[in-house]
Amino acid sequence: MARKKRGTQDINAGSMADIAFLLLIFFLVTTTMDVDTGIARKLPPMPEEEQEKPPEIHARNIYVVLVNSADQLLVEGEFLDISQLKEGAKKFINNNGNMPNLSDNPEKAIISLQNDRGTSYKMYVRVQNELAAAYNELRNDEALKQFGEPYSNLSKVNKKTIKKLYPQKISEAEPKNIESNS
Amino acid sequence: MSRFKKNKDEGTPAISTAALPDIVFMLLFFFMVTTVMRETTLYVSVVTPKATEIKKMEKKSLVSYIYIGPPIKRMQASYGTKARIQLNDAFADVEEIQEFIATEREAKDEKEVPYMTTSIKADETVKMGIITDVKQELRKANALKINYSTRKGTY
Repeated sequence: MARKKRGTQDINAGSMADIAFLLLIFFLVTTTMDVDTGIARKLPPMPEEEQEKPPEIHARNIYVVLVNSADQLLVEGEFLDISQLKEGAKKFINNNGNMPNLSDNPEKAIISLQNDRGTSYKMYVRVQNELAAAYNELRNDEALKQFGEPYSNLSKVNKKTIKKLYPQKISEAEPKNIESNS
Repeated sequence: MSRFKKNKDEGTPAISTAALPDIVFMLLFFFMVTTVMRETTLYVSVVTPKATEIKKMEKKSLVSYIYIGPPIKRMQASYGTKARIQLNDAFADVEEIQEFIATEREAKDEKEVPYMTTSIKADETVKMGIITDVKQELRKANALKINYSTRKGTY
């Protein structure tokens, strides 16, 4: 009883929490939890020297979207506000031959997008976004009709069938030098 | 002796904080693992445009980034305010993109090359002229999968 137990003493671990907190705060501050998001697109390959004549497309199946350097839209020869673009595109794609100046069917429908060098990137992304939204909504409607579930819930095979019905065909014209104020 | 002790020990006992370091360490490890240190220092200021139809980027290791925007304040004295392209850690010209893509490809496994994506992180204010040039260069380099980096949000 009288002899105290000597030997290695316990290290005081009281400040361990403080050290850990310090590190924790450092990592908390430096952590950036940003998930990269964006609009995925595929560029067309470079045209080859001797190119076959592209198949002729009926004018009614092309939805021409022009954006000028003042960020204004000209859709099918008419001035259009960006807020109406989605509805316009949806009407065009899902026309199924009803109106003579809109597409024959969604599979044939092509959206032709052309922009000026002076167009702002913000506007360009917005137009791309609206067009993508038009396709996504149409796909979603079709998915609900066919499978009774929203498009995002479908299996891969079912997604493919919907995608085949509504292929996203957005063609971007070869860039032209219209203005040089880029 | 024992009588005094008894009186002192009354009252609420202190909560044991012995497990506190463990909890803190657990949090610490979580943040250590999830932290992604930014590997490139940005010399251009980039505020990506907003969009709603966005997709998450998959396989971050297969993504190469091209930053486009006006130089940051510190750099404006020597580089002006005109939008510029940044590849890795330095300003670059449009012509250097093909080379950049080639080096990015060399670093990856051959099988992974078709899945490589180029993310264009451009500022809202940038004009399409420079973007079109970049896109043309990417087409020449046959890097056709691209992604316009955007934030989530509506107008």
